[in-house]
Amino acid sequence: MEVTTKSMPYEAWKDNEYIEKLVKELQESGTNVVVGSLDKLINWGRSNSIWPLTFATSCCGIEFVSLGAARFDMARFGWEVARSSPRQADFMMVAGTIVHRMVPVFRRLYDQLAEPKYVIACGSCAISGGPFRKSYHVAKGIEDIVPVDVFVPGCPPRPEAMIYGIMQLSRKIKVEKFFGGVNRQEKQKEFLAAHPIEGVED
Amino acid sequence: MANITEKLSKLFPQATIEGENTPVMTVPAAQWHDVARTLRDNVELKFDYLVTIVGMDWTENLGCIYYLMSTDADIIIGVKVLAEGERSMPVLPSVADLWNVAVTYEREVYDFFGIVFLNNPDMRRLFLNIDWKGFPLRKDYDEDPALNPVSTESERQTDFTDVYTRSDDGKIVKTPRRIFEKEEFVVNIGPQHPATHGVLRFRTAVDGETIKKIDVYCGYIHRGIEKLCETLTYPQTLHFMDRMDYFSAQNYHHALCMLYEKAAGIEISRRAQVIRVMMDELSRIASHCLFIGTYCMDLGATTMLFYTLRVREQILDIMEKTCGARMTFNYDCIGGVMQDLAPDFQDDVKALLKVLPANLKEYNDIFTGNVIARNRLEGVGHLTREDAISYGITGPSGRASGWACDMRKLQPYSIYPELDFEEVVMTEGDSMARFKCRMKEIEESAKILEQLVDNIPDGEYCVKVPKMLKLPAGSWFQVTEGCRGAFGIYLESDGSTKPYRLKLATPCLPQACVVDHITRGQKIADLITIGGSLDYIVPDIDR
Repeated sequence: MEVTTKSMPYEAWKDNEYIEKLVKELQESGTNVVVGSLDKLINWGRSNSIWPLTFATSCCGIEFVSLGAARFDMARFGWEVARSSPRQADFMMVAGTIVHRMVPVFRRLYDQLAEPKYVIACGSCAISGGPFRKSYHVAKGIEDIVPVDVFVPGCPPRPEAMIYGIMQLSRKIKVEKFFGGVNRQEKQKEFLAAHPIEGVED
Repeated sequence: MANITEKLSKLFPQATIEGENTPVMTVPAAQWHDVARTLRDNVELKFDYLVTIVGMDWTENLGCIYYLMSTDADIIIGVKVLAEGERSMPVLPSVADLWNVAVTYEREVYDFFGIVFLNNPDMRRLFLNIDWKGFPLRKDYDEDPALNPVSTESERQTDFTDVYTRSDDGKIVKTPRRIFEKEEFVVNIGPQHPATHGVLRFRTAVDGETIKKIDVYCGYIHRGIEKLCETLTYPQTLHFMDRMDYFSAQNYHHALCMLYEKAAGIEISRRAQVIRVMMDELSRIASHCLFIGTYCMDLGATTMLFYTLRVREQILDIMEKTCGARMTFNYDCIGGVMQDLAPDFQDDVKALLKVLPANLKEYNDIFTGNVIARNRLEGVGHLTREDAISYGITGPSGRASGWACDMRKLQPYSIYPELDFEEVVMTEGDSMARFKCRMKEIEESAKILEQLVDNIPDGEYCVKVPKMLKLPAGSWFQVTEGCRGAFGIYLESDGSTKPYRLKLATPCLPQACVVDHITRGQKIADLITIGGSLDYIVPDIDR
C-alpha cells in the first residue's frame, strides 16, 4: 500500500519514513476486506476536506490569511472552509504564541473539537516558545498541552510551508483506521473523571 | 526647547529640570497631582496628550516617568515622580481624572511594578492573572516557573476591582468596587472570536441589543517583550519589533534603530535613510490594504479581501526580494540596513505605483460608495477630537477625529521634513472617516514613494558599528509614526551592552481601551464595526 497524492510524486516528499511506519502499523493491525475498503473510502473523503478552525494569536495567523487568498488559494485542497466554531472544525492550526493566560482557553477549544481531531503546531512559538521561550508568560511549546500531529517550523512559516504541513496531515489521515481507530468514542465516565468540577457530584 | 525649560522653572520653582531634547522635570509625589493639573490646564503649556507612563525600578526606589505632549506646540516633556512608601506597597497619586488614557497606563504600571495609584477607579492587573506572584518588570522578580506554572485550569476571575484611597489619618484604604452591576447581563465576546482580530476579549454588559459597558480584557498574547529586552544585547532586541505590530515591522525597526543610533551618536548614510523611509511607506500601504480587506470581511464583504491582498502580495514580493522574508523582515539594523536593495527594486516599486490608483478606484467602487457599507459605517462610533486626545488615540483613527497627530509632521525624523506629503485629517470622527482616512493615506504614501523611487542616492547602505555596542549611561525618549499611530520608545541605559529598561509605548493599547467609551449606547452589531475601524493589533496591545 502506498500513500499517493495527486499533485505530488511520492519521492518528492521529504519525510516518507514516518508514513511508511504508519502504513506498517496499519497493515500489522489488520482488518477484513469490507471494513478496510470502507476505511479507505472514508479516509479518501476526509483527507480531502479537512476544515480548519479560525484560530490565530499572532503573526502566523496573517500568513494563514494569505493562504486563504487568491495567490496561495487553499481552496484547491479543500481546506478553505475555515470555521469559527471548534465544533465544526477538523483540525486546529495553532498559529502563534500561546501564553499562560491563553492556555486554558486553548485547551478548552481543543476539547470542543469533535473527534477525530488534529493539531498542527505552526511556527516556532507554537513548537517551542520560539524567540519568546525565555519569557515569564509564554508556554514552552504546545506539545505539553495538547497532542500535536504536524510541526511546521518557521517564524512565521511561508504559506508554501503551511500547505506542505497540511498536506502531510492529509497523508496521515489516509492511513488511519477509521472504524475502531481514530473514531473512538470517549466514555462518558472517563471524561467526567478527567474533568472534575468542584462541588459537583457526577 | 530652552523656552519651555524656562517656562517650567518659572511655574514650578521647586522642581529640577534636566535634559536637552526632551526636558525631564522631577516632582515630589505629594505635589504631582497639582502639577499635572497645571501642566494640562495652563494656557501657555496645555499638555493635553499623555503619551505614555513609563514605570521604572531604579532598585533603591520605584517610580514613573510621565511623557506629556502639547498638541498646540508639539513639545514633549517628561515628568519623573518617585513613588512613596515601602517597596511592598509603593503609592503614587493617580492622574486618571485628567487624562482618560491614564486609567489603562496606570493599570499596566501596577501590573508590572506593583505601584498602586491612589484614586484610580480600576486598580486591577491588566495583562497577568489575579493570582500571579510577583511583579515581572521589577529587577528583583523571581522568574522561577514553579511560582507561576502553566495551568490548563480556567483562570480565576472576579467581578470586583479595587480602588485605593488615602484616609484622613494618612492610611491607605482599599475599597472593592463592582465592575458590572449585579443585575446586568454580561456577554463574553472573545478571546476566540473571528471579528476581534486576534485574542482580545470584551466582557460586554448589554441591555437587549444595546451595549451598556465593555470591560476590555487583554493579556491573551502578553509575551513579556519589555522584560526579555533587558536580557538581550542592543542588536538582539531589534527582532522583537517585527513581532509586535507585524504590519509595522519596518516602521518599528526603523524607530528603534534610530533611537540606538541617536544614543550611540552614529550618523547613517543618506542612502540608508531613503531606503528605510521607502520601506516604511511600502509597509504602510500593505498594512492599510490588509485593514481594508479584513474590515470589509468583518462586515460581510468577503470579496474585498481578495482584492486588497493582491496589492499586499505585490508589496510583499518587493520586500522579499530585498529582505528575504515575507513578514518578519529584520531589515533595518543599527547603522543602516542589513543588505543592499535588490537590483530590480526600483522597477518593482514603479510597477506597484502604476497599478495602485486603479486598485484604489476599484476599492472605492466596490465598497466605499456601497449603500450597505455607508449605512453601517456613517455616524457609527463617533469619537470627538477632545476624547481622541484624552484617550491617546493616534494614527489614522485619531486623525479621522480631527486631531492632526501624524508624528512624521509633529516630531519630524529621518528625511520626512524634506518630503512633500499631506497629513490626512478628517473631522467626522465616525467609522467611515476612519476607513476613508486610511484609503487616503495610501495615496499619500504612494506620493512619497514617487518622490523617492528615482532619487535613491549612491553610497554605503550600512556604516561600520562596533559588534558589541555599548551605549553611554542616560535616558532617551522618542515618538515616531507606525502604521497605526504614535510609537514611543523610552530607553534607559546604564552604560552596558544591554538596555536597563526599554519601554515600548504602542498605539494599539489606548485604541482597544477606548472601545468601551465609543460603544456605549450603540448596538452590539456595531461593536464589530467600531472595533474593526480602530484597527488594533492584539500582539501590539499586549506586547
